[in-house]
Amino acid sequence: MKKIFAIILSAMLLLSMTACGGGGEKEAETIKVGILGPHTGELAVYGLAVRYGAEMYFKQVNDAGGVNGKMIEVVNYDDQGDATMAVTGFTSLVDDGIVALVGEVTTGNCRAVVDEAYPINMPMVTASATATSITYDEETKTVFKNVFRTCFIDAYQGSKMADFASKELGAKKAAVLYLSGDDYTQGLAEAFEAQCKEMGVEVVAKEAFSKGDKDFNAQLTTIMAANPDVVFLPNYYEDDGMIVTQARALGIKCTLLGGDGWAGIEKYASAADLAGCYYASAYAAGSTAELKAFEEAFVAAYGEDYLNMFAATAYDAAMVVVEGLKAAEAKGAKAGEEDYKQAVIDGIDQNAGNVKGITSPSGYKFDEYNNPEKDVVIMTIKDVEGVPTPTYHMNY
Amino acid sequence: MKTRKNLPLIVKYLIVAAVYALFLLAGNLLIKNKVIGLYYTKVLMVVAINMILAVSLNIGTGYLGQLPLGSAGFMAVGAYASAIFMRKVPIDPKLIFPVGIILGGLVSGLFGLIIGLPALRLKGDYLAIITLGFAEIIRIVILNIDKALGITLTYGAANLKNIPKTTTFTNAFIWVFIACFLIKAMMNSRHGRAILSIRDNEIAAESCGINLTFYKTMAFVVYAFFTGVGGALYAGYLGILNPSGFGFAKSIDILVIVVLGGMGSMTGSVISSAVLTIVPELLRAFSDYRMIVYSLLLIIVMIFRPTGLMGTKEFNPRGIMDFFMGRKKRKEER
Repeated sequence: MKKIFAIILSAMLLLSMTACGGGGEKEAETIKVGILGPHTGELAVYGLAVRYGAEMYFKQVNDAGGVNGKMIEVVNYDDQGDATMAVTGFTSLVDDGIVALVGEVTTGNCRAVVDEAYPINMPMVTASATATSITYDEETKTVFKNVFRTCFIDAYQGSKMADFASKELGAKKAAVLYLSGDDYTQGLAEAFEAQCKEMGVEVVAKEAFSKGDKDFNAQLTTIMAANPDVVFLPNYYEDDGMIVTQARALGIKCTLLGGDGWAGIEKYASAADLAGCYYASAYAAGSTAELKAFEEAFVAAYGEDYLNMFAATAYDAAMVVVEGLKAAEAKGAKAGEEDYKQAVIDGIDQNAGNVKGITSPSGYKFDEYNNPEKDVVIMTIKDVEGVPTPTYHMNY
Repeated sequence: MKTRKNLPLIVKYLIVAAVYALFLLAGNLLIKNKVIGLYYTKVLMVVAINMILAVSLNIGTGYLGQLPLGSAGFMAVGAYASAIFMRKVPIDPKLIFPVGIILGGLVSGLFGLIIGLPALRLKGDYLAIITLGFAEIIRIVILNIDKALGITLTYGAANLKNIPKTTTFTNAFIWVFIACFLIKAMMNSRHGRAILSIRDNEIAAESCGINLTFYKTMAFVVYAFFTGVGGALYAGYLGILNPSGFGFAKSIDILVIVVLGGMGSMTGSVISSAVLTIVPELLRAFSDYRMIVYSLLLIIVMIFRPTGLMGTKEFNPRGIMDFFMGRKKRKEER
């Protein structure tokens, strides 16, 4: 008798647990937006930056009255940086009734989520996944029209630097020295070269070096003989530091340019050699009034630990999402229906140009591969009492 | 007490298969009618994959008494082998998936043989270290093989994409059944008893004429095969593979499942994979505290049941009947 009683009791316990999971529906009119990323584990510093950055903007929108009078309800899901959990997490968010997603954070997991999101046309905006494969699949030649991002893809800075060299520096001849066999450096070098052709800048020398090389004099001599106006060095700071030093020693006086791999180069070359060089970056802390306001509010709410580039791009990602939501609400679409998701996507596609993002005041436009055309921050290195100091130059 | 006739083996198997088919049918119906949402369906698929991985690791730890930590490596081999095959073959992926799964298992089993022959001469910690090293080697090879050989096979860190997503609730749980059934059948046979005897006392087993190397390797290859099957299902579930997903932590995750369930108990492995996959999802209600709750659960179980949830006991339908009828426990047969 006791045993049967125990069985019945445990069965009831089980039932009540499932009942808890299913119940609790809210009838209040809210717009649910999901945030998916690693909020715990070794990638948490990025995941939480994205989460807090996006949450902060949604909160500000709610404080200002919401979208079309409706509050935005953020649904978080922590996938611990695990691809399996990212996929189940996304499904869980969809079951929860989200209409748009901010995430995923890392490239691999993001692509796994894209594979799930594309068939159901769920709008998603990532703030940190930079690989081209997030929005475009080369094998099947598919553009994932529902996926957007507010960080730039690696190659994009290459073409932006070519623009900058031609328009701002008035360069007519350019040279490139890059690390071969590396996706990042090769991507930047190719994009730079292509854009130079477009702008009528002649690429007079394109030289490569291998991983681990310490002596660049052979390549630099060839470059010097071609007498370029600018030299583009799309590599990482250790290599580029050595290249800059050797180039100056050899007598190359022209302006040297770099990509965001230059962050930290000031420890690898002297102030005299680096002064007047430019490099591209996604984010320069405190460079504009909007960024300063954002940083202050962010630190006040979440502390300094998670204030990094991704917090800023996530804040912008939330802006882009809200732009899409506004368009969908204006159309009068009903949340949960196919039209709504499409309206959000169309809204982002058409109106994201109006978004005054903190990392891109001139807005976000998306090209045919859904890659963003946005501002790049150009940093210049100044000689401050013998110390090379990267300083904000302009949004470009 | 009534005397009970033992049913013929084939009838028993048929009954079990029929009951399981009913379970699959019920599960499918619930999913079709949206009683089980898409999210829980996915969680159940992960449960099934973890069950296969745990049940197969249980051969190495529980039955053979060794400590292989190479699950992530064998899983990676199975996953990549099956994924590459599935991507290349132009036949309807749904039809060809069983072939892909078996291929994943076979390739993984082959690796198990290559690793197992020299590695099983080692015992305890040393075997753990060598299998751990093997898993890391596999991961690094998958990461770099494309660049080193100038081919496009695994795509290294750039992710192996566009793998047909063919894993479903049904085929995942069918493979759980196949894995459990074959392993159970093996363990009930002469070979299984030989493996158990090696676990209990190697010297005694050898002096009885049991070929140690043969049986150890056999158990190890079966472990590798089914881990590869689990990997193939994982690839079909995720649709994208990255070597970083097969790190050291993955092997440990599976070992935790086996230890919690009770080393040497297949039922324990099955139950604990379900518990350890579903509980963290249920604990999401506690938000950030769930990590603490989860760890505490593990610690509490290990304090109060140091042999795991099931110890070395197995689920037995007759035991349940006895429990309900209030019959006295029968003496252990073994």
